[in-house]
Amino acid sequence: MQVEQLEILDFLRAHPPFDGLPEDALQRVAAAIDVRYYKAGEQIVEFGQASEFWHVVRSGAVEIFRRNGTLYNRLTAGGYFGEFGLLRHGRVRFPARALEDSLLYLIPQPMFLELFDGNEAFADHVEVEDRTRLRQVMSRREDANDLMSATVDTLVGRAAVTLGSGASAREAAQRMTQEGVSSLLIVDDNPDVPDLPLLSGILTDRDLRTRLLAPGLDHDTPVAEIMTPGVVTVAHNRLVFEAMLAMLRHNVHHLPVLKHQRPLGIVALSDIIRYESRNSLFVVGGIFRCQTVDELAARVPDVRACFIRMVGEETSAHMVGSAMAAIGRSFKQRLLELAEAELGPPPVPYCFLALGSMARQEQLIVTDQDNALVLDDRFDPARHDAYFEALATFVSDGLARCGYSYCTGGVMATNRQWRQPLKAWERCFSDWIERPTPGSLLNAAIFFDLDGVWGRSEWAERLRELIARKARGHSRFLACMARNALLRTPPLGFFKDFVVESDGRHSHAINIKRRGTAPLADLIRVHALAIGSQALNSFERLREIIDAAILPLGRGQDLYDALEFISAVRARHQAEDLAAGVDPDNSIDPEKLSEFERKSLRDAFLILGSAQKFLKYRYQPGRAN
Amino acid sequence: MLHLSHLKGTAPGRPRPGRGKAARPDWPRRFAALAATARDPRLRAFYAQGAAAGATALKDVPMAALDIETTGLNPARDEIVSIGVVPMALGRIRSSASRYWVVRPAAELKPESVAIHAITHGQIEAAPDLDAILGELLEVLAGRVVVVHCRDIERGFLDTALRTRLGEGIEFPVIDTMELEARLHRPPPGILARLFGRKTKPVSIRLAASRARYKLPRYRAHHALTDALATAELLQAQVAHRFSVETALAEVWG
Repeated sequence: MQVEQLEILDFLRAHPPFDGLPEDALQRVAAAIDVRYYKAGEQIVEFGQASEFWHVVRSGAVEIFRRNGTLYNRLTAGGYFGEFGLLRHGRVRFPARALEDSLLYLIPQPMFLELFDGNEAFADHVEVEDRTRLRQVMSRREDANDLMSATVDTLVGRAAVTLGSGASAREAAQRMTQEGVSSLLIVDDNPDVPDLPLLSGILTDRDLRTRLLAPGLDHDTPVAEIMTPGVVTVAHNRLVFEAMLAMLRHNVHHLPVLKHQRPLGIVALSDIIRYESRNSLFVVGGIFRCQTVDELAARVPDVRACFIRMVGEETSAHMVGSAMAAIGRSFKQRLLELAEAELGPPPVPYCFLALGSMARQEQLIVTDQDNALVLDDRFDPARHDAYFEALATFVSDGLARCGYSYCTGGVMATNRQWRQPLKAWERCFSDWIERPTPGSLLNAAIFFDLDGVWGRSEWAERLRELIARKARGHSRFLACMARNALLRTPPLGFFKDFVVESDGRHSHAINIKRRGTAPLADLIRVHALAIGSQALNSFERLREIIDAAILPLGRGQDLYDALEFISAVRARHQAEDLAAGVDPDNSIDPEKLSEFERKSLRDAFLILGSAQKFLKYRYQPGRAN
Repeated sequence: MLHLSHLKGTAPGRPRPGRGKAARPDWPRRFAALAATARDPRLRAFYAQGAAAGATALKDVPMAALDIETTGLNPARDEIVSIGVVPMALGRIRSSASRYWVVRPAAELKPESVAIHAITHGQIEAAPDLDAILGELLEVLAGRVVVVHCRDIERGFLDTALRTRLGEGIEFPVIDTMELEARLHRPPPGILARLFGRKTKPVSIRLAASRARYKLPRYRAHHALTDALATAELLQAQVAHRFSVETALAEVWG
């Protein structure tokens, strides 16, 4: 006969993962539970002893340790421990000690295994590998968002219609009418591979109107003269939102989709709008219509509303970051256009660089401006610098008015040090890489995330190539970068309303950028530099890092999940502040985290912590990489 | 109608639990004698399991937490309605082996009492007489030291109920968690107290209040099984804080 211990049953019913169990299973567990009281300071289980029970904290608080004695976790009522030993070794892996006077429920191994094997949701919840749980969380999030998981080929409705570049405009119009399409891909014969024509341009309805009819050209004009050459394309397996960002970035409405270099079809902006809530597109469009800095500053509420909506729709942090970076980039571009209109054309060509999070496309709403100017090598300070100082000031002041606060570290083009000819930049990067000291690189990390947003963006590419080429061969440089990437560490987790540090100290709040996303980006950058990657975005860097197989198996994906989750919490926090009319920041109060977020954040912190250990080990000075 | 938990709570004017060593029988010898003289075979079997010697370390003593809910306070007049038992040792409370019985009193159960115990008339009417479950009860308790909160109640009611039914009573050693609390919070009045009288409000030694002092969670009272579990947890807490696993049984039992 089973006797109901009502207090035990009621407690289980109110706590995950038991709350999800069917009633009969719940009663069986409650009836199988034994109980034990531990005084504060008493050892509950020792490392290596036989695992007999799964422990659930009924009241009080328990500390879990690693074998080496460092604190691993701290649990209160509803917390549980011991699953690792029960499932894997049959021996206690993490010793536990009562931190406060505690009452523990003891679930015998057979009962635990019955639950674990018989109940998938339960097993998911207590799965021994923290990162596995985070993976499940992230895959659920991704499922919830089409744009995140859908690849661009799913939007391709029909095969691309192509036409040789020698055809006339009339033939093009006839072909488009026949096929019922609004755009054609114009191709040239490929002298090397006859059956793989080269894509030379794209021709749209609009081109026929604006470049042929309006100027009154002859209908026999070759299409090559009225098409848009130098087509921006997207690979078939990229995500829909990446295609959208490419359109935003290059200001095009049609994007040929290529599979193994062959045109698969064309994705039009209208196809994507059906997928996207068009928030960010709308905002970007608005920015380019602004005629003054005042008008730009008036766009800030739109930007914030767009951010809040994207976060609310559970858009992935990767995508939110990219969309916000696209908006930030548009602000810069428009400000530079306005600056040139006011100051006149530049005396020598230049490239305006975005640095840091904007270059990485990982911007949220609270962000400062990090930028620099690369100037033509003919730059003569005496004659030209006044112009560029004025230009930089115009942009920097404008950005500040649009919500991008001045960089406290002074990394802005207004600072003469960061307004240099290309040659000087090349020397600067070479110096950093070839003659590194931890001190010289301490504040330099931000420059290794650089993107050209205006002007000669090929110079930005040249600098990135230089970095990618040199960095991988300089182990001392990598060691210095790794050392700096370890300066900021994650906290251990949460306990009651506190943040718990690894040494057991408590703090009241956590700066989730400083303790989470920033050290992750730092760490990912070091690996990216080590493999010569030219990717900017941390998620894209991680993909290349995973392909390069320099991390232990599975760890790259773990980092991906951890970055996504921490970024998502950070974004949600800022969106909530904005919605509540509070100035958003990066400081998170544990009280405001759900139990689920606490658990998942802790998982993510653990992943970051162990990834930092690996980084330290891998890039030790003197170790051949 | 009064209820036991009320008595356990306030215990106004109740005799102070005796604590002189002289008052404690030599339980192993007493059990051996009773095993020979008891007439009921169930009682004989119970005594035959013996009692742990007073010198035994607490960690080696098998115990069983017991709680009885009744229709009132007076063993001579009131009756048992439910019994909860939770076998235990210092290392582990075997709540998974808990036992619980509802038994039918001879007199009709009044509505107030029904409300307090959460036992319905239907349950009572379907319930057996104590005699029918006595064998099971004694089997669970046999060989174990009984742990109660307020020993006079459990001992008094069981003894009376057995005398009524079998014509012979029952004796057994108990560890009384209320008495262990009284030792700490109800010391015999010292000279000053005798001179000036007790001015401060006495610390409550009822079950819930005692548990709270050891940071044990608050439970709903008035269920024999919950109270038995609550008593078991309290004893573990008391031993952890004030005694040791090596403490001799004789230090705590009565």
